[in-house]
Amino acid sequence: MEQVKERRWIPLVNNLVVSAAAVLLSLVLSAVIMAIVGYSPAAAFSAMLQGAFGSANSIANTLGKSVPLIFVGLACAFTNKGGIFNIGCEGQLYMGAFTAAITAIALQGMPRMAVILLSFGAGMLGGALVGGFNGLLKAKMQINEVIVAIMLNYIMKFFTSYWVNGPLQEEGSMIAQTASVGEENMLTKLIPKTQLTTALWIALAAAVIMYFFFARTRMGYNIRAVGENALAAQASGVAMSSTIVLTMAVSGAIAGLTGVTEVFGKTGKFVDGFSPGYGFTGIAVAVLGRNNPFGVVLSALLFGIMEAGSMKMSYVAGVSTSMINVMQGLVILFVATPNLVKFLNIGKGGK
Amino acid sequence: MLAVEMRGITKRFGNFAANDGIDLLVEKGEIHCLLGENGAGKTTLMNILFGLYRADEGVLKINGESVTGHSARKAFQMGLGMVHQHFMLVDALTVWENVVVGNEPGKFAIDRKDSIRRVQEISDRYHFDLNVTEKVSELSVGMKQRVEILKTLYRGAEIIIFDEPTAVLSPPEVLQLLDIFRDMKKQGKTIIFITHKLNETKAVSDHVTVLRAGKSLETVATADVTVDSLASMMVGHDVSLELQREPSRPGETVLELKNVRLLPNAQSTVSMEIREGEIVGIAGVEGNGQKQLEELILGFQKCREGSIYMMGDDVTRWSTRKRCGKGIGYIPSDRHQRAILPGFSIQDNYLLGNQFSPEYVKNGMIRRKFLHERTLELMKAYDVRAVDEKQSAGSLSGGNQQKMVLSREVGKDTRFVLACQPVRGLDIGAIRYIHEILLDLKKKGKGILLISAELTDILQLSDRIAVLYKGEILAMRKNEDYTTDSIGLLMAGQKGGQ
Repeated sequence: MEQVKERRWIPLVNNLVVSAAAVLLSLVLSAVIMAIVGYSPAAAFSAMLQGAFGSANSIANTLGKSVPLIFVGLACAFTNKGGIFNIGCEGQLYMGAFTAAITAIALQGMPRMAVILLSFGAGMLGGALVGGFNGLLKAKMQINEVIVAIMLNYIMKFFTSYWVNGPLQEEGSMIAQTASVGEENMLTKLIPKTQLTTALWIALAAAVIMYFFFARTRMGYNIRAVGENALAAQASGVAMSSTIVLTMAVSGAIAGLTGVTEVFGKTGKFVDGFSPGYGFTGIAVAVLGRNNPFGVVLSALLFGIMEAGSMKMSYVAGVSTSMINVMQGLVILFVATPNLVKFLNIGKGGK
Repeated sequence: MLAVEMRGITKRFGNFAANDGIDLLVEKGEIHCLLGENGAGKTTLMNILFGLYRADEGVLKINGESVTGHSARKAFQMGLGMVHQHFMLVDALTVWENVVVGNEPGKFAIDRKDSIRRVQEISDRYHFDLNVTEKVSELSVGMKQRVEILKTLYRGAEIIIFDEPTAVLSPPEVLQLLDIFRDMKKQGKTIIFITHKLNETKAVSDHVTVLRAGKSLETVATADVTVDSLASMMVGHDVSLELQREPSRPGETVLELKNVRLLPNAQSTVSMEIREGEIVGIAGVEGNGQKQLEELILGFQKCREGSIYMMGDDVTRWSTRKRCGKGIGYIPSDRHQRAILPGFSIQDNYLLGNQFSPEYVKNGMIRRKFLHERTLELMKAYDVRAVDEKQSAGSLSGGNQQKMVLSREVGKDTRFVLACQPVRGLDIGAIRYIHEILLDLKKKGKGILLISAELTDILQLSDRIAVLYKGEILAMRKNEDYTTDSIGLLMAGQKGGQ
């Protein structure tokens, strides 16, 4: 009995072990690659850590880089729980950022709190509409969500691009961007002159809310049930189409927040093409975090550390910043192949 | 001369010994039954014989030759063949194409004429009554099975294993299959017949090896044993198969079908009603519209012709969600697909189907405490054996999963229960238990529609029985108005079975 009793912890521990092992393996393999090419892995890693944790400001920037990844990772994890793959976060976050920015610009002069709340609401709504539309096509017409999402990514990116290259471009600016949402409306910086703002608290709150949503609410349960076994969920009375649309819409809203917090925390305006592919990194973050909201926070932090340390790594150790992409790619490779990790006998307790 | 000699075969999965020192000795040219309940280790043993698993301990000899480093490929070469329960045929191809695929005669192109001749010759030798140029999709289930047998014979199999071959057949088809067994034996083939059906064992086999809980009991000559003694050997204690069925006291109608078309090419539509306090059984060989009936009632399929009423309401156009609101206790025929969330805890599985009940969920929030108490209560009442309620449902044994689903559906406060294949895959003890539960539900006044491929289920439980054949109801009578023979003929589509 004792022996079997441990079993229920195994999935959780196993997930952690597999993710940790994947990270470890990717670091080792990256080190080997760097050594082969002729760099010193030790120097590169220490430079990376220096860059990420060297000073209070660098820690703040590391966290600042993690924030969008937390949001977008949560967005991907949300649909993954429901058995849907949301590759459309990129388009959703552009739309979110755009609607939030134009809302804020339209509301200039109103109290700060009102501007922030309404803009955030508009941004979430923008993302939710894009995601929900994607879900609607899947639910009602059985169109593969992945293909539609990839198309929508382009449409959203170029739709917003059109506006800031034309009618809504900031007056007198050479850059394709909107007017400012107003210095006074920006999120409060936790450490001055860094990119770390109260968006961090919003991101963490989103993770906690998402955890409880799935653990405690009927809606969360229904979404998980559809993800686990759609036929059984249907037989139990879950309305399939509306659940799919809702799942995609909520995910889109969270993805929208990624864009909103970038605008209100960093740039202060909608800048054309501002996302370095967050939407796609988010998929990796969710996979590494095993779709657990807290796991997503941890893996977003890891990705944030890599991003933040990459610059220093490149000018101290001479290793190209692309090495970070290699590392991230390897992490995903190892996480996506848990059997490989098990084969190497690191994840004990698997079948 | 022994065709197959397995001694002291042990196979462990983790701490669980699926086979624990099993001996199986099969003489050349005999029909040897491997009898045992589900989970007794029959499939594991055959997978070892076939080279799909490797035994942890034990000796395996085929035709007196000791086998080491066994593989499925080697099994073929040594003259083993297996007819699986689920057919592996390409519907769009003809019989001979299905048979020769992978072993086509001819050097560069397939020698069509030669293939047809050779396949037809084998078919005729065993009186299979097959036209080998016909498409497989045109064939009945019984005929498809013969194509499977033909495949093994074509490859030169001398020892042929049949895994529960009668499960998918109608009673007359079963008799024909047993005749084929005898024919094959006459021509010198060795047959290992895996089953849990006692009558078939008694009717056809020379020797029986009974497996129980991973161990083999001694092998006996079939002539020396009775069906009853086989039953008690299989279960381990005496079993009485008789049940007391009380007369029905039908109340209001809970479910009514009016002119519903089950299969697109059925010649007529189906009408029936189920009332409170009665069990209506649907007899019939699988694939005659049972699945469609189940899905139409739940609303997974659109009802294109006819109408469906639940407790007086016309639900024909209702969504599944709305029908569930009417109160349906639903035991699906495919429990893995329709009733279980394998990765979820047992407790979360008990919530499935109850998540719209105010007892379980209030204001959109799950009442964890109530769910927890109810889970423990139902697990205890229905003897669902698990480490605890947090164990994942997927890690439960089949029987326990079944009890979990059953207790959840029966535990709902509904007037109508749809029980589809409720005993599939269960052992005799569990079957009896489920029978008792269904009879008890009837006594409590629920209306039950029982769809089962097991004729014994239907005959023991039902007050009224409808026989389904090709999407039509051939007869709908009181249980007493049938005999086993007449119902068997009806299941085979002979309307004259009076």
